[in-house]
Amino acid sequence: MISQLSWKIGGQQGEGVESTDRIFSTALNRLGYYLYGYRHFSSRIKGGHTNNKIRISTKPARAISDDLDILVAFDQESIDLNAHELCKDGVIVADAKFNPAVPEGSSAVLFAVPITAIAEELGTSLMKNMVASGASWALLGLPLEVFNKAVEEEFGRKGKAIVDKNIEAVRRGAEYVLELAGGPLERFKLEPADGKQKLFMIGNDAIGLGAIAAGCRIMSAYPITPASEIMEYLIKKLPKFGGTVIQTEDEIAAITMAIGANYAGVRTMTASAGPGLSLMMEAIGLAGMTETPVVIVDTQRGGPSTGLPTKQEQSDINALIYGTHGEIPKIVLAPSSIEECFYDTIQAFNLAEKYQVPVILATDLQLSLGKQSCELLDYSQITIDRGALTDEIPEREDGSLFKRYAETPSGISPRVIPGQKNGIHHVTGVEHDEAGRPSESPANRNKMMDKRLRKLDRIKVDHPIHVQAPYKEPDLLIIGMGSTGGTIDQARRSLEADGIKTNHITVRLLHPFPAKEIQPYLEQAKQIVVLENNATGQLANLIKLNVGYRDKMVNMLKYDGTPFLPAELYARCLKVYEEQESAQKPNGELVEHGNF
Amino acid sequence: MATFKEFRNNVKPNWCPGCGDFSVQAAIQRAAANVGLEPEQLAVISGIGCSGRISGYINAYGLHGIHGRALPIAQGVKLANRDLTVIASGGDGDGFAIGMGHTIHAIRRNINITYIVMDNQIYGLTKGQTSPRSSEGFKTKSTPEGSIESALSPLELALSSGATFVAQSFSSDLKQLTALIEEGIRHEGFSLINVFSPCVTFNKVNTYDWFKENITNLDTIPDYDPSNRIQAMTKLMETGGLLTGLIYQNKERKSYEDLVPGFRKEPLSGQNPEITAEQFDQLVAEFK
Ligand SMILES: Cc1ncc(C[n+]2csc(CCOP(=O)(O)OP(=O)(O)O)c2C)c(N)n1
Ligand code: SF4
Ligand SMILES: [Mg+2]
Repeated sequence: MISQLSWKIGGQQGEGVESTDRIFSTALNRLGYYLYGYRHFSSRIKGGHTNNKIRISTKPARAISDDLDILVAFDQESIDLNAHELCKDGVIVADAKFNPAVPEGSSAVLFAVPITAIAEELGTSLMKNMVASGASWALLGLPLEVFNKAVEEEFGRKGKAIVDKNIEAVRRGAEYVLELAGGPLERFKLEPADGKQKLFMIGNDAIGLGAIAAGCRIMSAYPITPASEIMEYLIKKLPKFGGTVIQTEDEIAAITMAIGANYAGVRTMTASAGPGLSLMMEAIGLAGMTETPVVIVDTQRGGPSTGLPTKQEQSDINALIYGTHGEIPKIVLAPSSIEECFYDTIQAFNLAEKYQVPVILATDLQLSLGKQSCELLDYSQITIDRGALTDEIPEREDGSLFKRYAETPSGISPRVIPGQKNGIHHVTGVEHDEAGRPSESPANRNKMMDKRLRKLDRIKVDHPIHVQAPYKEPDLLIIGMGSTGGTIDQARRSLEADGIKTNHITVRLLHPFPAKEIQPYLEQAKQIVVLENNATGQLANLIKLNVGYRDKMVNMLKYDGTPFLPAELYARCLKVYEEQESAQKPNGELVEHGNF
Repeated sequence: MATFKEFRNNVKPNWCPGCGDFSVQAAIQRAAANVGLEPEQLAVISGIGCSGRISGYINAYGLHGIHGRALPIAQGVKLANRDLTVIASGGDGDGFAIGMGHTIHAIRRNINITYIVMDNQIYGLTKGQTSPRSSEGFKTKSTPEGSIESALSPLELALSSGATFVAQSFSSDLKQLTALIEEGIRHEGFSLINVFSPCVTFNKVNTYDWFKENITNLDTIPDYDPSNRIQAMTKLMETGGLLTGLIYQNKERKSYEDLVPGFRKEPLSGQNPEITAEQFDQLVAEFK
C-alpha cells in the first residue's frame, strides 16, 4: 500500500476538467485524505489546454508532487503535454473517442474508455466528468458509496432523476475501466486516511469566509484573475448578513468606496491583483493620511502589466510596500496557508481598525486558487477588535470640532463615525491639524507626520514569522513566503536525508519588517537561501535592507509562471550547498541562481 | 431643529472674493436646515479643486478626498449608513474629467446621494487650464490658441445614462439653488445638480453677467413637465445646456439600496459585526 498518489485531469478549457476534479477530490476529502491541488489554466474561457492536478496523501502534504501516477485525458493534447510527468508504470485513462496513443518512449499503461460515448448514451456529453471520475475512483479501489454520496450532494437540487443518471455514469465508467484493468490496481492502493474531518477549499474561499467572520459586510471590487473568487463567494453569502458586494466601474472606485464605507463605520474590503493594486495606490495613500482603516487583498499573479495573468508569481512585494507616494503607515501581511488566509483576514480587519491604517493581505495565485485540505477552522479564535472607536462623545462647551487626530503617545487617536453626536470633525488628505483642518505649518506637519508613523512602532502581529529551526548552526536557512512553504518542507526532508542541516523561515509580515524576530536565525546560518517567485529577489532585498547578511545570502528565483517543485528545489539547494562547501569565492560574492 | 447657522463653522474659506462657490456653500447650509437635518446627520464628501474645499466649510461630517473620487467615496459612505444624508461635491474637472467614469456609473447605479458640481468651465485650483466644460475656442493656459475639443454636455449625458434627477442652477440664484438641493436630498435616488459657479479669477468669458444674459430659467416656463425625458433632452439641446431649474426627475425607479437583494433596512454601521457559532458552522459546511 502507498501513502500518496498524484492524479491529473486534462482537456480543453470549458469541457468539464474543473467539475471532474471537484467531484473526485470532494469524495477523497470525505475519506480524510490530505489533498493539494494545482490548476494549470490560461486566460481563455473555452478552448486551450487546461489541467488540474491533485496530490492525494495520508499525511499533510502542501506541495505539488513532482511526478504523476494517473492521467485522465479528454484529448490527445493532454496526453502529449503531460505524459512526461508520469512515473514509470503510470496510467493514462483516455477517452476512446479520439483514438488515444501513448507517446513514443513512454512506459505508461493506457486504458481507453469510451468516456464521451457512455455519457452521450446516458443523455448528454456533459456527463463525461462523471464517467471519467468514476473510472479514476475505481482504479484506486475506493468504496463507491462515498463517491455516490458526493454525486448526490452535487446534483441533489436538480432532482432524483439527474442524480441517478450521474450515478449511473459513474458506475459505467468504473465498470469499463475495471474490465480493462482486470480490477483495481494494486500499486495504487492507498493506505486508509486518518479519517479526520478536514475542509477542502481554495485560499480565496478562506479569505471570503474570514471576512464574514471578521464582520466585513461590504465588499467593493472589480473582477480580475486570480481575485474574483473572493467577490463571487461574498456575493453569495453577504446578503444573508444584510450586506452586499458592489461591482464597481474600476479599482479606483473599488478602493475609494471601501474607504468611504470604512470611514462610515462598516468593515469593508476590496480585492484585486497587480494591475488593480497599481490603480489603487493614490487612494491607499488617502487611507494612510486620513487614518481610515481599510483591508485590501492582493492575489499576486505574473506581472508586469498584464504579464502572466493566470500564473504564479510573488512580484508585487515592492509595489505593496513602496507603492503610494509620500510616507504612510501601512501593514502588509502574507498568509502562507489556507488556514492563515482565514485567520489573517480576520487579523487584517482588526489591525486596520486598531492602528487606523490600510492593511494589505498579499497572497499568490497558487495560494489563492490551489484547492487544498485544511484543518477545521476554529470559531472560538474569531475575535473582533474595533480599536479606538468611541461610543459616547461628551459635548464640548466651546462647540469646537472633535479631535479625531488628537496627538497621543501611541499615535492612535479616538475615532468616531459620521452620524455620531458631538463627533463632527474634518477629514482630508491635505496635511491637517488634530481636528482635521488643513494646516501647512511646519510644526504641525512634523507633529502629525510623526504621530501617524509612530502608530506602528509597537505593532503586534500574530506570528510575524514562522520558524522551523531544529539546528543551532544550519548549513542552510531557507526563507520563503506565501504558497512555497510546503515545497520547502519537502525539499528539506530530502536535504536532511543527505545530511544537510536546514532551518526554514516563512515571512508573514512583510511590512513593517520583523527585523528583530528574524535576525537571530540569520546570524546562526552558514548560508541563507531566499526563495521567491520573482526575477529580482524582492524578499531578499527586503531582508538585506532591514537586517543585512548580504554576503551569505543567495537568491533562489523562479519567474516562469510555475511554482517551485520539491525535487527542483532540492536540486537547487543541493547545488548551493555544494558550491559553498567546495569553493570559497575569492571575493566572497555568491552566484545568483537564475531560472532553471 | 437646527437652523442654517448651525451648519456654519468658523473656518474662513480660501476662495477668491466673488467666487461662485460661496453661494453653493450657503445653499447647502440652508437646504440642510430646511429639510430638517441636524449637522451630524449630514456627510459632505468632496473632491480636489477650489470647489473641493467646500466640505471643510460646512459644520457637518466631511471628507475631502482625492481628485475625481468624491463619488465612489460618497457611495461607500451611503452604503455603510443609509440613514445619513450624503452630498458629494466638486469641480467640473473633478467630476467630468478625471472622475467622469465614476459620474456616469453613479448615475446608472442610482444610490441615494446628491451630487453638486461647481461648474466654472475651468481648472481653478491649478490656475486656469482648460476643462471638459470649456467652450470650443476658449483660451486658457493650456489652450493658448483656444480649445479645439468640443465641450461636454453633462446633463444630456446624464439623461442618456438613466439619471433619475437632473437639475442645474446658477450661483447668483441662491433661492433656486437652495430649493433644488432640498429636492435633490429628498429624491430617493441619485440626484445630479450642476451649478454654474463662476471663477472670477481665471474665466473672464463665462462671467456672472454672461450667464445672466444667456440662461433660460425653467421656473419661468409654467407648462414644463420634468417627468418628460424627451422634452428634457430637447430643451437642453435647444438652449445649448444653458438651462436652469429641475430638468428631469423619475420618481418611479427605486434606489440601488432598495434593489440590493437582502440589503439591511437599518444602517449597516449600527449592526453587530459578530456572527454566531451556528452561522459559522453553516458557512463551513460547504467545504466539508
Ligand atoms: C491625480 C491628480 N491629478 C492632478 C491633480 C491636480 N489638480 C488639482 S485640482 C485640479 C483641477 C481642478 O479643476 P476643477 O475640478 O474644475 O475644480 P476647480 O478648482 O475649478 O473648482 C487638478 C488638475 C491632483 N490633485 N490629483
Ligand atoms: S480661482 Fe476661481 S474657482 Fe478658485 S477660488 Fe478663485 S474664483 Fe473660485
Ligand atoms: Mg472647475
